[in-house]
Amino acid sequence: MFGDYSIGDLGSIFVMQGFAGLILFSVYVLMALGLAIIFGQMGVINMAHGEFMILGAYVTWMTSNLFQAYLPSLFSGYFFLAMILAFLASGALGMLVEWVLIRHLYKRPLDTLLATWGLSLMLQQAYRSVFGAREVGVELPQWMLGSLHVTDSIEVPINGVFVMCLTVLITISVAYVLYMSRWGRQVRAVVQNRIMAGAVGINTEKVDRYTYGLGCGIAGVAGSAFTMIGSTGPTSGQLYIVDTFLVVVFGGAASLLGTIASAFSISQTQSTLEFFMSGSMAKVLTLLAVVGILMLRPQGLFALKVRK
Amino acid sequence: MGMAAVPAITMLPRASFAQAPATSAVNTTGLAVTDTEVTVGILHSATGTMAISETGSIQAEKLAIEQINAAGGVLGRKIKFIQEDGASDWPTFAEKAKKLLVNDKVAAIMGCWTSASRKAVLPVVEQYNGMLYYPTFYEGLEQSKNVIYTGQEATQQILAGLNWIAKEKGAKSFFFIGSDYIWPRTSNKIARKHVENVLKGKVVGEEYYALGSTQFNSVINKIKLTKPDVIFTDVVGGSNVAFYKQLKAAGVDLAKQPLLTISVTEDEIDGIGGENIAGAYACMKYFQSLDNANNKAFVSAFKKMWGEKTVIGDVTQAAYLGPWLWKLTVEKAGSFDVDKIAAASPGVEFKGAPEGYVRIHENHHLWSKTRVGRAKLDGQFELIYETADLVEPDPFPKGYQ
Repeated sequence: MFGDYSIGDLGSIFVMQGFAGLILFSVYVLMALGLAIIFGQMGVINMAHGEFMILGAYVTWMTSNLFQAYLPSLFSGYFFLAMILAFLASGALGMLVEWVLIRHLYKRPLDTLLATWGLSLMLQQAYRSVFGAREVGVELPQWMLGSLHVTDSIEVPINGVFVMCLTVLITISVAYVLYMSRWGRQVRAVVQNRIMAGAVGINTEKVDRYTYGLGCGIAGVAGSAFTMIGSTGPTSGQLYIVDTFLVVVFGGAASLLGTIASAFSISQTQSTLEFFMSGSMAKVLTLLAVVGILMLRPQGLFALKVRK
Repeated sequence: MGMAAVPAITMLPRASFAQAPATSAVNTTGLAVTDTEVTVGILHSATGTMAISETGSIQAEKLAIEQINAAGGVLGRKIKFIQEDGASDWPTFAEKAKKLLVNDKVAAIMGCWTSASRKAVLPVVEQYNGMLYYPTFYEGLEQSKNVIYTGQEATQQILAGLNWIAKEKGAKSFFFIGSDYIWPRTSNKIARKHVENVLKGKVVGEEYYALGSTQFNSVINKIKLTKPDVIFTDVVGGSNVAFYKQLKAAGVDLAKQPLLTISVTEDEIDGIGGENIAGAYACMKYFQSLDNANNKAFVSAFKKMWGEKTVIGDVTQAAYLGPWLWKLTVEKAGSFDVDKIAAASPGVEFKGAPEGYVRIHENHHLWSKTRVGRAKLDGQFELIYETADLVEPDPFPKGYQ
């Protein structure tokens, strides 16, 4: 297939394809981080993850409308405020859901699957009733559109670069919070042994609520960022849920590093295969490879070593 | 049947519709027809994934029914509708269709959107002898006594558009990209045959992405590498939004790179955003911006009923045709009986169609014009080209299979 193309063409395509892979990697990490915290740290199978993302997207849409109507001069910067609001909205909803629903189910992790699936259906219908069944178009400030011209034939999408920077920032913050801060130590203590953690004076209920809120909040930020690359509608969250679980499970549920490694390997495999064959086939082969590896290594790529 | 007619006859003296023919004469098969009312069903997804698309169809059908009632109804009877929700789930569609036909005895069903839902409903309407008016442009390869297809089938929609772009842009090489299911694959198969055999051009790539896929950077790179004269797309649903946003972000300028889509109507642009798709060409039979008296009246009535901000896409207009064509056919047949309607359908013409003029073909599809529009920043299409004559529907195209 390369016979007809010049070396220069091919070179720039490989560079751009490399970027495509990195962007996909960032997207995967961003959408999986929230779930990695909730599923990985708390063992809650959160089927409503996609809907928390879409809440973030709707918050972004509303913020953009508000700015257009009342503060058009500041429109170019609205996106940063929108992401913060998305984090707060999804996080608050997450904490509410934890209080109403999830906290009664910690001893029955499989039931969380059913409960959160029901929650996802309710949220979808709520979005449909509030925002209408049709997709909404989120208008972006001019500087976020288009691409950077690196050379004549190499162009890098700005929204991709934006997602990459955001992913790096959020990953570092999450890693810091979980592994360096006092609160992060409490979270990990609760994960390892809930009863002992309670016995040494950690308020496990509070830790659970904030952990769940943090996971949902990050989902909200991801949803906000994805308004740049995807659609915003009541059921758009469903588009992400399969890939998200794939990344988290493949990486090894309780490991942040595993999530990143798995996002990297899945995204690179997929984007490379996509270039050499059709999109559907690339997806099939990627999934087959993941299934094969999980059969050999059911605990995922990285597993937390604990004494059983 | 005779039993059903008895109460109707006893009611006759009370009926004030002097001109309306007797119920026993126009309804010999026990449909839900009284002296003053006739019941039809509306069967679309008001919930679930497809609600995005089907909402417009529901609105259009309700508008048409309201207008028909305001103009005196059908054979002197007001149309009453029963709306059922297919919930984006194909078995549910079949079940609800059966409920409408068996329990409610509706005289016709306006409904379905995806081919999958139509395929699920088809055996039901054939078994219980119902009448389905189906609004979506679709892949063809189907024809039924019990279905009137008010949208275009694939050859009607595609061929004229390809001819136009080949002539206008001198296009020789085409890159196809679609969602991975029956409609894009069949449409692209027809398009490929036409490009290769009739236009003597070349298809330099044909790609499919799973429904709901949101990552198109790799295929956009392939498009950049192969530099096709035309990108031909039938990506649907949420993927559509992702595709155009990423195309724009990758620096593909649709003003310089011709792109012909058969899956983007005004409805979709709402979600995609006008700035992401401006300059693309769409091949359809209807655009909201069409400049004719029928359409102006239709658009203003639609907006009055459903709000200033609503947009009207190709399928919405086709859904609007359903109740009208049914009314005209009933009047031509002088009966609500399904068999008589099926037989009377060919030749029925609707001069008040927003798209201009349509006529039902022997094969139960519509003769209609095919048009090419260019997407503008405000989310509307500017009409660039329309076929001089009505295009004949050809659901089983020879040489394209």
